Amino acid sequence: MERMNVFDALDCTTVLDDPPAEVHVPAPRSPDTGGKVDLDRRQFLDRLLATGATGLAAALAGGYVLGSTVAPVFASDPEVSTKHKFRYGMVIDTRRCVGCKACMAACKTENKTPPGVYYTVVVEDTRNSEFDRPLFMTKPCFHCEHPPCTKVCPVSATFKREQDGIVVIDYDRCIGCRYCITACPYGARYFDFGENYDITDSGGAWADVPSPEYNQYRVREDGESPIGNVRKCTFCLHLQDADGKYSREEGRWPACAKTCTGHAIHFGDLIDPESEVSRLLVERQAVRLKEELGTEPNVYYLL
Amino acid sequence: MDIWLKRVFWAGGGLFFAIGIFGWFDRLSNGHLNTDYGSVIPWGLWVAAYVFFIGLSAGSFLISSLVYVFGVKRFESIGRIALFQALVTLTLALLSIWVDLGHMSRAFNVFAYPNFKSPMAWMIWLYTAYFALVAVELWFLLRRDLVVGARASGVRAKVYKVLSLGAKATSDESVNRDRKIVKVLATVGVPVAIMFHGGVGALFGVVAARPGWNSGLFPILFLLSALASGGALLMLVSAIFQGGYHRNSETIVALGRLVLGLLVLDVIFQASEWLVSGYGNVPGHVEGLKLIFSGPYWWVFWVWQLLLGTAIPIVILATKRGHSARWAAAAGGLIAVGFIGVRLNIVIPALATEEVVGLTSAVDNPRITTDYFPSVMEWAVTLGIVGLGLLMFGLGEYLLPNSSEEVSHVPA
Ligand code: SF4
Ligand code: SF4
Repeated sequence: MERMNVFDALDCTTVLDDPPAEVHVPAPRSPDTGGKVDLDRRQFLDRLLATGATGLAAALAGGYVLGSTVAPVFASDPEVSTKHKFRYGMVIDTRRCVGCKACMAACKTENKTPPGVYYTVVVEDTRNSEFDRPLFMTKPCFHCEHPPCTKVCPVSATFKREQDGIVVIDYDRCIGCRYCITACPYGARYFDFGENYDITDSGGAWADVPSPEYNQYRVREDGESPIGNVRKCTFCLHLQDADGKYSREEGRWPACAKTCTGHAIHFGDLIDPESEVSRLLVERQAVRLKEELGTEPNVYYLL
Repeated sequence: MDIWLKRVFWAGGGLFFAIGIFGWFDRLSNGHLNTDYGSVIPWGLWVAAYVFFIGLSAGSFLISSLVYVFGVKRFESIGRIALFQALVTLTLALLSIWVDLGHMSRAFNVFAYPNFKSPMAWMIWLYTAYFALVAVELWFLLRRDLVVGARASGVRAKVYKVLSLGAKATSDESVNRDRKIVKVLATVGVPVAIMFHGGVGALFGVVAARPGWNSGLFPILFLLSALASGGALLMLVSAIFQGGYHRNSETIVALGRLVLGLLVLDVIFQASEWLVSGYGNVPGHVEGLKLIFSGPYWWVFWVWQLLLGTAIPIVILATKRGHSARWAAAAGGLIAVGFIGVRLNIVIPALATEEVVGLTSAVDNPRITTDYFPSVMEWAVTLGIVGLGLLMFGLGEYLLPNSSEEVSHVPA
């Protein structure tokens, strides 16, 4: 079931022609916008004006709407953002997550990850008893804009792809030093120790089924990569088409997002202002984890 | 070397080495399956051992350069063994970190595809340069003795012949030339050693994701502890080899004073690091500290590191006992062993915290836990590396020109 967003209404001029005071706009959330926002904001406003949304554009130009949450939607650096084709990211709605862990199961099935390797985990925050509801969140790799994990790799085996911002690992180059695990602040990286589930162990029904990861279709073999490598979420990039596009209609969508029972995982291109993720970020209260480290995750949580 | 010391020494080296064979066999045939670290604590005993050995190497090299760069006469009699120790412990360090790799056969990738934004790439490149430098320096230091020794007959002479690489000259001139080369190499080596060991500190220090490491004090702290631990081991080693404590007694006692000073300085730096971060009481930061002081492995800090490795040796070295070479050497041994505890407490507790709350309870897997105790295989591999080190020292003593003879040599 598709959800309606505020930005769905952008096409509807009657709403947008209303005087600014009546436009319901979210308040800015975080003060650290920095100077780099301006260009993006102008582009954004241009687009709005082009769609005839003058009322809202005027309100936004008034300056009290576009806080930091909008800026990252259009990528962090204006120059880079024009070069990049996509900037994939996720917006995960903690209100919709029921903690069923279907995403974990879907991910395991899709990528055939071994025991001890979890491209996403569903954590439950039990610290705050004042919460009147349990707080679950699924935690994939955040494909940070400034990933500390790639910087420390001694052999550049892990890097951020230019074209879509996905942080990948070259299994054939990685020496398995695990420095990147220590450098990731979000526990998103896992070492493949070579363990197997019964079903994937030699003789098991799944033993010879390859993993589609990175479109490499490797069959798991003792001592061979990815055993002895560090592994992490790839946003299921093997489901992209030749242009680097996903398609939900065709089922080429990250397995966790596709399967999420509560529709909590929203996936899409953060550069595209029309994408569901971009719209949600404007509409709702979004946070990113450990902002103080300057990693600028491309995965947001809605509270 | 006293007969009983010699026996204990060879027996220990042989035993450890034999245990190591089992460990290495398991490691090479089963990969990382039988290790106990995981993806929350990705580095364990082997990385701690590596930091320990590399510190010993940098420390003993820097002490040897007191002799060969700064001409400190006091330590001249142990200059050679200090350099030899630097080479042996460097070998052990490289073995320890090599066995830790997920793909040991790909170690060469660091040369083929280096990423110089990574402190680890810098380390490996500097180690290589340093390894070559120490080996060449040691060779020039021993060259004349090797040439002379090769003229005799017997096994040793044959070994010398090979090691002398065809060099023939034994004249004063050639020895003077050797000295000059040694001085140049040692001088170049000093900044290299400071860089790579400060760099090991930086390797940890730059990781902003781990507040327990992320401190500007780390590179300095690493250098200090390298000097203290390297000097301490050198006290023990020169009490056993190259004439032992009979011949080197004054040097050992003098070295004891130097090490005492370094150790106290190291303690002050450590304490200031802990006090400042403890005072801040930032959860991520103090979590690791709490583990060190009152976690399940509290005894590593209180008993091993503080009592055995710091308090007792300080008392020995600062009192009259410190004037006896035997006591001083024993204190040196304690300090060196105590530093293993220091290394463990640097590497592991800072990793033993959940980076995202709830991570370890989200899945039920032994690799996803904040608890870590090295497995039998990990211990065996490390013991094997230690055993190899002991055997290398023993063989070095047996095969290499003895510096206690050197003094009496008259150039031919
Ligand atoms: S979440 Fe971790 S692994 Fe993923 S890009 Fe960020 S730092 Fe790297
Ligand atoms: S484990 Fe692999 S990807 Fe990670 S830092 Fe080491 S070589 Fe790079």
